[in-house]
Amino acid sequence: MTSHTINVRLENKPGALARVSQLFSRRGYNIQSLAVGPTESPDISRLTLRVDCSEHSLEQIEKQMHKLVNVLRVTELRPEDSIERELALITVAVPTDRRAELVALSQVAGAQVANVGRDAITFEIVGRPDQVDAFEELVRPYGVRELARTGRIGLRRSDAPRRSPSPALI
Amino acid sequence: MLGSDAILRSLEAEGVEIAFGVPGGAILPTYDAIARGTTVRHVLARHEQGAGHMAEGYARASGRVGVAIATSGPGATNLVTPIANAWMDSTPLVCITGQVPSRLIGTDAFQEIDATGITMPIVKHSWLVQDVDELPGVLKSAFHVARTGRQGPVLVDIAKDVQEAELSFAYPDKVDLPGWKPPRKVNARQIAEAARAIAEAERPIVYAGGGVLNGDACAELLRLVDEGNLPAVVTLMGKGCLPDSHPRNYGAPGMHGSKFANWALNKADLVIAIGARFDDRVTGKLSSFARGARVIHFDVDAAEVGKIRHAEIPVVGPLQRALAELATALHELDAPPKHLPWLRQLEEWRARFPFRYSREGGTLKPQTALESLRDLTAGRDDVIWTTGVGQHQMWAMQYLQCDTPRSFISSGGLGTMGFGIPAAIGAKAARPDATVVCVDGDGCFQMTCQELATAALEGLPIVAVVINNGWLGMVRQWQEMFYDNRFEQTHLTQQVPDYAQLAEAYGCAGFTVETEDALEGALSAAFECGRTAVVDVRCDPTEKVFPMVPSGAAAVDVIEAPEETVSA
Repeated sequence: MTSHTINVRLENKPGALARVSQLFSRRGYNIQSLAVGPTESPDISRLTLRVDCSEHSLEQIEKQMHKLVNVLRVTELRPEDSIERELALITVAVPTDRRAELVALSQVAGAQVANVGRDAITFEIVGRPDQVDAFEELVRPYGVRELARTGRIGLRRSDAPRRSPSPALI
Repeated sequence: MLGSDAILRSLEAEGVEIAFGVPGGAILPTYDAIARGTTVRHVLARHEQGAGHMAEGYARASGRVGVAIATSGPGATNLVTPIANAWMDSTPLVCITGQVPSRLIGTDAFQEIDATGITMPIVKHSWLVQDVDELPGVLKSAFHVARTGRQGPVLVDIAKDVQEAELSFAYPDKVDLPGWKPPRKVNARQIAEAARAIAEAERPIVYAGGGVLNGDACAELLRLVDEGNLPAVVTLMGKGCLPDSHPRNYGAPGMHGSKFANWALNKADLVIAIGARFDDRVTGKLSSFARGARVIHFDVDAAEVGKIRHAEIPVVGPLQRALAELATALHELDAPPKHLPWLRQLEEWRARFPFRYSREGGTLKPQTALESLRDLTAGRDDVIWTTGVGQHQMWAMQYLQCDTPRSFISSGGLGTMGFGIPAAIGAKAARPDATVVCVDGDGCFQMTCQELATAALEGLPIVAVVINNGWLGMVRQWQEMFYDNRFEQTHLTQQVPDYAQLAEAYGCAGFTVETEDALEGALSAAFECGRTAVVDVRCDPTEKVFPMVPSGAAAVDVIEAPEETVSA
């Protein structure tokens, strides 16, 4: 079992997202993260799904998804061929006397201060999922009060080499 | 024009001759449009499940899309079983349901149910129509999706106010479905590779399923089998796609298939799967299934290829085309056959392991009833069989002879008891010239027998032969074999109801048979009476279906009928 990122171009129609997600539960696959939003075309949404499954299951997921009427294209985003980003908001508990230290630390990690409260600071960080993970670990000792992550989104690198589809799918 | 009229004009534009349904509140405007006039014949079922299975029977007998109509709420939920059945058996179905008015959707209004939500996992696609201008395009798409690619059911849920709204009607010429791209071609390289593999095989076996019927590829399959002199096994769902009388047809493999068919499939070195999906009822224990064999898998649905069993040579595309190209490729290859010893071996197995049962004990055996039906219809190509699910279905599979496509209609994947009677009525509507016979069990019959009224009143006469053993026989068989004879909640009795009297009450002819001597006379009378007839065949309740591959066992380890009980 390994994690895979799947990119789905989906018609922006009522129920389309439900059809994709029910397919996962129906076939017994677990979604780790799911991000959905508009694309360059207003009629089309892009889904980025993160699933933990075998290569065989991944092939099944792709084939089953291709059969959904609202699904336009399904591609696996291989890490070496793609750019992946994630946004997180993290509220960290911090006493006044340690604020400066925490803010300095966050700047090194590439996070921004989104809001400052009496005893807590909310940071925003945008980056590769592993950078977001690292920042989360970095601030954890201070006490993470709340955390929200968007789930990763991704695009194929425009300079990635072309791959031919498997013969079964032609 | 009103939305309701637009629904009928759309059905007419699709060439729909007949729809099966039951009216109700949220679909009433559409029934009112039927009253205003249409070329679509409406058959009034007694239950929406009946309507759905009738539409399936119609589709399976005709090769056309079946149409079922129901109201919202309970009408829609009653259609769920036929939709699931059509999904599992890949039957093209357009189900039209009424929905509560748009302004009430989401309020738990009277008879409101989320029909598209409930059916989402068992339809190819569904639409909730809340804008009357979308109606013609949606119906066009619905028929297109149901019949293209791997066939199956779709649902169109139409709000009541949409049916009552005005539109300027124009039926579109084209569908606008950018995401729906079923394969139309096959890969020539894969065909060539398949042909080479077949030419080199020493023990090839064709494993043909329902996809051959759905893909209208029966003539092409026959050509392939003859061209390569290839032996074939044909699944329950495929029965009829290759004539049962064809010398290379070894019949059905699987849980209640013959020992020779199971051995043919499992001891092969090359399995040529065609429109079949390696169902667990066929493979038995997967790790022991056709060990060491290479697999060529032909299917129009890419997701079936490699789903259960890895295919060394996957061929995705329409079967008609694929099989025609394969037969041509084999012909051009013109390789000397290497599988003649295998063919001799198969013949030896067929002779050694026939279907058998004991006629002793003085009671009428269910198998005898099936043999009698087979003999009574021998040589006729105008008989369509339907079945319920259970022991009688397996005996029908084993003993009936089907030499033409679409002459055997059974519930395979879902195993829906009660499928037989309404499916027979739908088949009769598709083929009025045919004699349609439902071989049913007493348990199955009682699940949908209210549709006898539909058969009687709509002029769709069928013959229902109830293999009445007074039990939920297949469950009883499992209780006997695997649950230490604890026959819990399976006894129905042979006497209640009195099936012949029940038939009479529904305006049909009723016959009761209790002895072998009376069998042929009663069946002939039922066939010839010209109206719907029910033949109650009271059989030995202890008879079990053999051969049997127990659940989870390897398919080669077929249990045959115990020797001491077999005389024939």
